[in-house]
Amino acid sequence: MIHTEGLAREFRVRRQTVTAVAGIDLHVEPGELVALLGPNGAGKTTLLRMLTTLLPPTSGSATVAGCDIHSDAGGVRARIGYIGQKNSAGENFRVRDELVTQGRSYGLTRARARERADEVLAQLELEPLAQRKPGTLSGGQRRRVDIALGLIHRPGLLFLDEPSTGLDPQSRASIWEHILRLRREQNMTVVLTTHYLEEADRMAERVVVVDHGRVIADGTAEQLKNDLAGDHLTITTENEPDAGAAATAAARFSDEVAVDGLTVRLRVPRAVRAMPEYLRALEAAGVKAVTADITQPTLDDVFLALTGRSLRDDQAA
Amino acid sequence: MFRDTATVFSREFVPVLREPLNLVFSMGQPLLFLFLFGSLLSGSPGLAAGESAWQWFVPGILVMLCLTGPLAAGYSLLVELMGGSMERLLVTPLNRTAMLVGRTLKEFVILLVQAVLTIALAVPLGFRLYPLGVLAGLALLVVLGVGLGALSFVLAIKSQPSGQLFWVVTQMLLFPMMLLSGMLLPMDYGPAWLRIAGDVNPVTHVVEAERALFAGRFADISVLYGSVAVVVIAVLGLWLGTRAMRRGV
Repeated sequence: MIHTEGLAREFRVRRQTVTAVAGIDLHVEPGELVALLGPNGAGKTTLLRMLTTLLPPTSGSATVAGCDIHSDAGGVRARIGYIGQKNSAGENFRVRDELVTQGRSYGLTRARARERADEVLAQLELEPLAQRKPGTLSGGQRRRVDIALGLIHRPGLLFLDEPSTGLDPQSRASIWEHILRLRREQNMTVVLTTHYLEEADRMAERVVVVDHGRVIADGTAEQLKNDLAGDHLTITTENEPDAGAAATAAARFSDEVAVDGLTVRLRVPRAVRAMPEYLRALEAAGVKAVTADITQPTLDDVFLALTGRSLRDDQAA
Repeated sequence: MFRDTATVFSREFVPVLREPLNLVFSMGQPLLFLFLFGSLLSGSPGLAAGESAWQWFVPGILVMLCLTGPLAAGYSLLVELMGGSMERLLVTPLNRTAMLVGRTLKEFVILLVQAVLTIALAVPLGFRLYPLGVLAGLALLVVLGVGLGALSFVLAIKSQPSGQLFWVVTQMLLFPMMLLSGMLLPMDYGPAWLRIAGDVNPVTHVVEAERALFAGRFADISVLYGSVAVVVIAVLGLWLGTRAMRRGV
């Protein structure tokens, strides 16, 4: 569905060249749900803007939905849906009028555009709001209008740029429900950007981690967490000799063991399995564990392992 | 291309049809000038001997309409560019040039309606109609409106992302151009430097041409100057406009 080769984009900012996307090779198969995860400024939006023909790349090439973004931008545009970061409906226009315009923009006849407008209004539970202007809608309602606009022509491939940013938890959940349901019903390939870790973790079937304009990891959330962060077991002991003995016993389970005073921490592939065995091994060695704890990694740990930085710090900044 | 232009035009025009009164409100300033300023002028002696003050004043107001209307057009595009609605349309296969032409076309229709309305309001006050002159005058006006509309779209596109440039240019340019054009008060009695400044201003020539046309004086040399000024503005506007749209917003 998407194939890029060395796709790159530079910007000139006050006579300096800033590289936003530094050569990305990305392949997305039909039907996938891919989340591009990365801190603000990682190049996610720039990548998306290139794939949706809004921005020409500085170098590299890409085929989207079977069409080349450079030589057949019109073909790409006709086949994709795009929901940007900002709200898509014009402030002066009624919701249904905008939907009809959108349908006409994709070449539907007036009658067909009206039909489709009413269909998507129903799909996204927007019927009571059809005659309203965007200014009178809540954030979640406006986002639903954006999705309706993006789906008017039943695209096979949908791009969403931070679909749930700025929404309250309830609206976020509802937006996701709609996206996932429509994806099932219309058999869509979905590519989205997010900096919400939990969202990428729970919703996406594949997570592509982007940092400084490059792809630094690519896989399912499970794979990434297992490969790059791993589960951890932490136990505390009564005295330091015990901690030393516990670390020795741990060598059988893990090659990453850290001792800090009375605390022993080891990385294991599956903590829930390893914990009982480890505790038995400690008992056999005559070591008394005072506390035992399991930590499972988040995608933030993955990002930390890859870059030495936390995604959360970035968000706070 | 034709279809896409129709799509953009009807998108822009439907809100006008839904709230037609806005058309009149947006004429507020020129109408205020027409009634308040015009009444003042018509009482003052020494203006263009032999003709009523209205004959002199109304064409100026029409050109004023033509300056303020496109300003609002550029503003509406700027708002859409800063929000997400323009981006959304740019991802559709909609023809780029049609986006500009459709919008300009809407400005064209609005301007025409507003001009006719202004003339209709001025007739009972003593404004004399020369039918052919009115037609020619309106034609000139509309071409100017299209050119200025396109220019203000270009300005809006160039003003991204902050939009500041748009305000600076329109505020710095619009008022001096209006005041220096002799639209509201005759420039004839001003000091020499002011008159020279007025002569450099293309709007002056348009105002002069409109006055001649609305008085039925087709042979007046000002008609030629005014027409040249208008055509230059229109060609420049449409050329820059299509180029900006092609290059991507």
